[in-house]
This record gives sequence, C-alpha cells and structure tokens, in this order.
Amino acid sequence: MIPTSHYLFLSLGLFTVGVIGVVTRRNVIIILMSIELMLNAVNINLVAFSLLVGSAEGHVFAIFIITDAAAEAAVGLGIIIAFFRNRETLLGDEMDLLKW
Amino acid sequence: MLDQIVFYFFATLAVISAVLVVTRRNVVQSAIFLITALLATAGIFLQLHAEFLFIVQVILYAGGIMVLFVFVIMLINLDVSLHQVQFNRQWWLGLVLALVLGAQLTVAIAVGRSGLPLGAPAPATMLEPSTELVGKVLFSEYMLPFEIASILLLVAMIGAVVMAKKKV
Repeated sequence: MIPTSHYLFLSLGLFTVGVIGVVTRRNVIIILMSIELMLNAVNINLVAFSLLVGSAEGHVFAIFIITDAAAEAAVGLGIIIAFFRNRETLLGDEMDLLKW
Repeated sequence: MLDQIVFYFFATLAVISAVLVVTRRNVVQSAIFLITALLATAGIFLQLHAEFLFIVQVILYAGGIMVLFVFVIMLINLDVSLHQVQFNRQWWLGLVLALVLGAQLTVAIAVGRSGLPLGAPAPATMLEPSTELVGKVLFSEYMLPFEIASILLLVAMIGAVVMAKKKV
C-alpha cells in the first residue's frame, strides 16, 4: 500500500518541472507542453485524494481538467500558427508587440 | 509489493521524461518524451483504480492532443530554431524561483501530512465499479458543469479555426 503523500510528492515534482519549463524556455511550443505537464500533475493529486476519501468526485474534476487541457492546446496552437505566419518566429521573448 | 514496483516504475519514468521534455533542444524529441510522461501518468491512474481516466488519458492526451502538437511542429519550420539559444535571459532567476516554489510545497506537504489522515487510504473496493461511479456523479451532481464544458469545447473549436485561418 503506497501512502497518499508519495503521490503528492510525485505530483509536486512534475509540477515543479513544468514551472521550470514555462519560465526558462524560449520556444512557445515547449512552453505549451510544460503547461500540459502541470495540468497532468494536478490530475494525479485529484485522483489520489479521490482514492483516499473513497469518492468519485476527484475523477470527475480530473475529466474537466482534461477537457480544459484539450481546449487550451487547440486554441494555443492556433494562436502559435497565426503568430508564426505574421512574425516568422517561435521565440516567446520576441512576442513583445504590447511592450512599450 | 507489486503495487509498489508499478508505482515507483511509472513515477520514475514520468519524472525523467518530464525533465527531458523541458531540456531537449529538438521540439520533436520533446514531443516524444511528453508522450512518455503522459503514458506514465496513465499507468499511475490505473494503479490508483481509475480505469476510466486511464483510457481517457491514453485516447485524449496521447492520441488527440499529441497529434495536434506534432501537426503544428510539422507545419512550422524548425531548422532555424535548432541553432538559437534555447533558454531566455532571465532563466537563472526563473529557475531559482521555481525551485523556491517546489521547496515551499515540499515543506507544506511534509508538515501537513502528520495532521491529515494521509497514511492509510480508504479500501479500493469503495470505488469498485469505477466507470459506473464516475458516470453517476458526472450525470447527476455535475450535470451543469458538464454542459458548460461542452460549450467550452465548441468555443475552442471555433476559436482554433478562426485563429488558423489565412485571412482574419
């Protein structure tokens, strides 16, 4: 039997790696992938607590999070394609049209 | 015993592939390792008696979202980006802050797990027909959020089409 805190530590590790990817990489596609990693880490938390308290509500919220991740990936990649068509770059720190 | 072997195998696989996702230079390799990380997470869901989420994770993430990513990588020329600097100028500050966040959460879990009943999980038989239970909760208590999620998907679909159109 694995204690629930081990799932929490696993989820914490994956989440931290995702945060590192978002704040250090320049490539926008890899930033989106890191966001997917963070959403996944949250799902592990929800399912582990769902088993701990013996109720299926954590699974339901995990399904909603997966729906959100799908919508976010579709819109985000659409934005990346539109941006690449206009500016010919994929680097996050060159997306500074709104910067003074 | 078998439970523990399965959990630690998938946990190690997930963390190693997550680290490789954020450190690889080539975007295609990152995508491959993201698939590995997502499948390892699916294995952890199976080990947690969440069969429905396991199959949703495999079909939707590894089958759907990853195809989207690979298609976009294919549409965009990546030979140029291979020779550019991969990390931004404030990467050391971001790394330090992210590690501080991770340390804070570690302390929070380590302190909080003595106060919460985190030790012994409920017996797995309480969630026995897992898919059936999820369906019951989803279509009774969470009916309205479920319908709102369908509207969200419709909006995302229209938004993606509008964004990727030639002339906006």
